[in-house]
Amino acid sequence: MSEYRIQGNTGEWEVVIGLEVHAQVTSESKLFSGSSTGFGAEPNSHVSLVDAAMPGMLPVPNRECLRQAVRTGMAINAQINRWSRFDRKNYFYADLPQGYQISQLYHPIVGEGEIEVTLNEKDPDSAVKKIGIERIHVEQDAGKLMHDQHPTMSFVDLNRSGVALMEIVSRPDMRSPQEAGAYVKKLRSILRYVGSCDGNMEQGSMRADVNVSVRKPGGELGTRTETKNVNSIRFMMQAIEYEAQRQVDLIESGGAVVQETRLFDPNKMETRSMRSKEDAHDYRYFPDPDLLPVELDDAFLEECRASLPELPDAKRVRYEAMGLTAYNAAVLTAEAETAFWFEELLAEGVDAKQGSNWLMSELFGALNKLGKTLDESPVNPKQAAELLGLVADGTISGSIAKQVFEIMLETGQGAATIVEEKGLKQTNDTGAIEAEIAKIMAANEDKVTEYRSGKDKLFGFFVGQTMKAMQGKANPQIINDLLKKALG
Amino acid sequence: MTDFSRLGVAAIRDGVANGEFKAVEVAEALNARVAAAKALNAFIVETPEKAIEAAQAVDTDRAAGKPLGKMAGVPIGMKDLFCTEGVQTTAASHILEGFVPTYESTVSANLWKAGAGMLGKLNLDQFAMGSSNETSYFGNVISPWRRNDGGNAPLAPGGSSGGSSSAIAARLCPAATGTDTGGSIRQPAAFVGISGIKPTYGRCSRWGVVAFASSLDQAGPMARDVRDCAIMLEAMAGFDPKDSTSLDLPVPAWEAGLNSDLKGKRIGIPKEYRLDGIDEDIAKMWDNGIAWLKDAGAEIVDISLPHTKYALPAYYIIAPAEASSNLARYDGVRFGLRDLPEGAGLQDMYAATRAAGFGEEVRRRIMIGTYVLSAGFYDAYYTQAQKVRTLIARDFENAWASCDLILAPTAPSAAFGLGEKTSDPLSMYLNDVFAVPASLAGLPAMSVPGGLDKQGLPLGLQIIGKALDEQAVLNAGLAIEQRSGFTAEAGEWW
Repeated sequence: MSEYRIQGNTGEWEVVIGLEVHAQVTSESKLFSGSSTGFGAEPNSHVSLVDAAMPGMLPVPNRECLRQAVRTGMAINAQINRWSRFDRKNYFYADLPQGYQISQLYHPIVGEGEIEVTLNEKDPDSAVKKIGIERIHVEQDAGKLMHDQHPTMSFVDLNRSGVALMEIVSRPDMRSPQEAGAYVKKLRSILRYVGSCDGNMEQGSMRADVNVSVRKPGGELGTRTETKNVNSIRFMMQAIEYEAQRQVDLIESGGAVVQETRLFDPNKMETRSMRSKEDAHDYRYFPDPDLLPVELDDAFLEECRASLPELPDAKRVRYEAMGLTAYNAAVLTAEAETAFWFEELLAEGVDAKQGSNWLMSELFGALNKLGKTLDESPVNPKQAAELLGLVADGTISGSIAKQVFEIMLETGQGAATIVEEKGLKQTNDTGAIEAEIAKIMAANEDKVTEYRSGKDKLFGFFVGQTMKAMQGKANPQIINDLLKKALG
Repeated sequence: MTDFSRLGVAAIRDGVANGEFKAVEVAEALNARVAAAKALNAFIVETPEKAIEAAQAVDTDRAAGKPLGKMAGVPIGMKDLFCTEGVQTTAASHILEGFVPTYESTVSANLWKAGAGMLGKLNLDQFAMGSSNETSYFGNVISPWRRNDGGNAPLAPGGSSGGSSSAIAARLCPAATGTDTGGSIRQPAAFVGISGIKPTYGRCSRWGVVAFASSLDQAGPMARDVRDCAIMLEAMAGFDPKDSTSLDLPVPAWEAGLNSDLKGKRIGIPKEYRLDGIDEDIAKMWDNGIAWLKDAGAEIVDISLPHTKYALPAYYIIAPAEASSNLARYDGVRFGLRDLPEGAGLQDMYAATRAAGFGEEVRRRIMIGTYVLSAGFYDAYYTQAQKVRTLIARDFENAWASCDLILAPTAPSAAFGLGEKTSDPLSMYLNDVFAVPASLAGLPAMSVPGGLDKQGLPLGLQIIGKALDEQAVLNAGLAIEQRSGFTAEAGEWW
C-alpha cells in the first residue's frame, strides 16, 4: 500500500491506527432477554423485566448471539475460545439500568484472527495487507437518552438496552485513513456475508472507536487518543486525518499528546476532548456471578462452521476460475449484496460472463441513474435472467435487450411479455433483409462505389442503415453475412 | 379444638388431606396469631387475604377430589427478599419501600403451586446483610426467646432471616422461606431452636429473589423439624431456565427418603472448627451431637479443613464485591425511592437517593465491595479471595475421601442481645465463622437444635454434606432430632 505520511516541521510522521468496531449482532432477541431487537419501534416497547433491571431479574444468554460471534470469528480465521466468560463493567448512567454492562474482558469468545485488506477493493492490482484482529467479544448495548423531549428532563429509551454487540478489536496495524477505511469496508462485507450484522452504520448497527497515535516512521509508538462512536467510514477517515495532524502539530509545538477519549464533530470536522485518563471510570470489571462460563462443544462449533457461506476472498478466486475478469470478480464479490444477487442470477442458468457483464454495465448503470441500491432494484435476478435468456437464445439482440430492460425498469413487466407485445423479436428472415439491403444499395450508389474501391469503413454505415430499416429487429450476424455477400 | 399453631407442615398437610380440618381454619388461626404478635416485628407486610385465598382454593380442590400439592393448606411466611406479585417487596430497605413487583419469584411461585398460602412478608436484615436482623429499615425483629436470668433483655433472632426464625419459633407460622448467603438460614435457625437447610447452590432458583451476592445466595426452608424442612425444600427446589446457575436436575423425594439409620455413614469432625476459647456450652453440645450420631450408627472420624480460617475474610471480600455491583440498579431512575434535590443533576440524584435509601451496613458493604474491585486492589483482594474460595472447596473435596458428612456448631454463640454487637461490625461478622465455608463451597448445610446453653438459649448443630446430597444431611439432622429431645419453647410474652 502507498505510504501515508504527515509532513511536519521536523520531518515525516507515521500514523498508527487501531479500531474497535461495535457491530450489532443480527438476532431476533436481545443478548440476555427475550425482548425484540427490532429497529425503530416506539420508545420502551421492547423492554423486558431483565432489560429494565428489575429486582431479582437474571440474565440468560441467547445462544444465537454467541453462535453469530463464533461464526464471525471463524470467518476471520480467528481462534475460537471453547471456554469464555462474561464480566461486569460497572458504571452509573441513566441509560444503563443494571448499573453495569455485561461484557467480556478477561476471556473473550473469539481470540486472534486477521483479515486481508486491499486498499482499493475494485482494483485487483492493489496491494494486499493483513490486519490483525486481537479479539471479538460479546456485550450488551446500552439504552438511549433523549434530551430534546422535555424542557427540564431527559427521557430514557431502553429499546436498545441489552441488544447484543460484537466488539471487534483490531491490532494497531493500520497506517493511513485509507487503510482504516478499507479495513472497515472489508470487515462490514464479511459481517454481511456471514449474516452476523447488517452493517448499517446509519442505523447505528455498526460504529467504531478509533485509536490514533503518531510517531516518526518506524519509531516507538506514541501516546494514543480514542475517538468514540464514529458512525460512518467517511467520518472515520476524516477523524483520523484531523486527529493525526492535531497530534503532530501538538508535539511539534512542544506539547504532548494526552491519553484521552475524544469525540468527532462531523459538522466542524474536528475531534475534541471528552474526558482525560484522570477522569476515566474505574469500571471494576469482575466475572458476572449470575452467569456460568460459556463452554462450546464440538457439535456446536461444527454447526457454526457448516453454516458459513462462501466468503468474499474464496468467491473471487472461484469467479476468476469461471472466466470472469479479475476486475469483475473483485467488484462482484466486494459487497455481499452484489455477490448474492449475482449468485441468484447464476442459479437461474445465466452464463457467468454474460451475467457479470450485464450486471456491471447495464444494471449498475441503471441503478446509478435511478439513485437506487441493488437491494432496491426494480428488477430482480429472476426477471434479469429472463431478459438475458432471450439474448442468449437469439430471440432479441443486445441492443433490443437494452430497450427491453428500460421498459422493464419503468413498467415492471417481464422481458418476454414486452418483446411479445412490442413485437421486438429478432428476425432471421433473410429475404426481408436482402430486400432492404437492395434498397439501401440503390439509394446509396456512390457509397457502394467508394466501398468497393477500398473504403472498408463504410461497412458499418451499411450495417447501421440495414438495422435501422429492420427497426433493430434483425439478427446482426445475418445482416453482416448478407451485406458482405451483396457488397462483394 | 386443635391448636393449629402447634402443627407443623406435615401435620397440617395431612390433616387437610384427611379431612380432619379445613385449610381455611388453619389460615384463620395463624392469621390471628400473626396479627397478635406485632411486638416481635417479624412481618413487614401481613397478607391475611392471601392466606385465606390459598386455603380456600385447597379446600375447593379437596372437595372436588382433585390431587393436592406437597404443601396444600400450609400457610407460610415469605422472607421479604422474594418478589411477590402485587405485594410490596422491600428487602427491608427504604430504597425499595413501596415497590410492588409485577412478577412472582420462581421459589414463591413453586410454593403457591404446591398449595401453600402466604401469611405475609417477613422482616430481614436489609438486603440480607446482617446476622441479627438489626439492619432492617423497618426495625429490629425481636426473638421470642429470653434469657433465664429474669431480665427481659430483647434478643436478636439471628439474621438475615430473622423475621422467619422469630415467626416460626413464636409459632406464627409452621414454616417460612429463608435465604442463605453466608449463614442467613442456619444461624437464625440456631438462635431460636428451629431447623433450616441451605441446599446445594443451584437447587433453588434465584429468579425473582432480590440479589445480595449472586454466587452465594441460595434459598431454603426453615421449620420446626427436619421432616417439614424436607417437604418444603421439595416444593421450593427445581430447575429454572430463567436462572443460568440453576441445576438442571430432578428434585429428589427427600421426605420419602428420610431415614435416621446412619449405619455406614462417616461423620467428619473438623479440628479447625474447635476454635481457641470456644464457648463451653457450644463444645458440650457438639460432643452431644457426636454421641447422638454415633448412636445412630455413624462412624466418627477426625478431619482437617486447613483453610477454614481464611473463609471469613474471603467471604467478606466476595460477598460485598458482588453486592456492590448487584445493588447498582437501585439508582432512583426506574423504581423505588428517588431523592432529587432542587437543581440536582444525574450524579447528585444517584448520591442523594442511595445515601437516603441504603442503611449503614448496606452502605458499608457497597464501599468495601467497590474498594476490593477497584483498579490496583482487585488482584490483592478479589482474585486472592477467589483463590481462597477454590482452596476451601478443595478442603471439602479432600475431606469427602474420609467422611460423608461434617458435624460442627452452627454459630460460635447463642443469641446475643439487640444492640450488643451493632457498634462492632467485626464481632458481628465473626458470628458467621462456621457458616461461611459451606456457602463458599456451595454445599448443602443444615442447622438443627442441639440443646440449650446456661442462659437457657437454644444452640444449633450444623451438618454439612456433599454437593447434591441433601438427603444425607436431612437424615443426619433427623437422627439428631430424634435423640436430642429438644422440646424447649420460648414463653409467649408478647
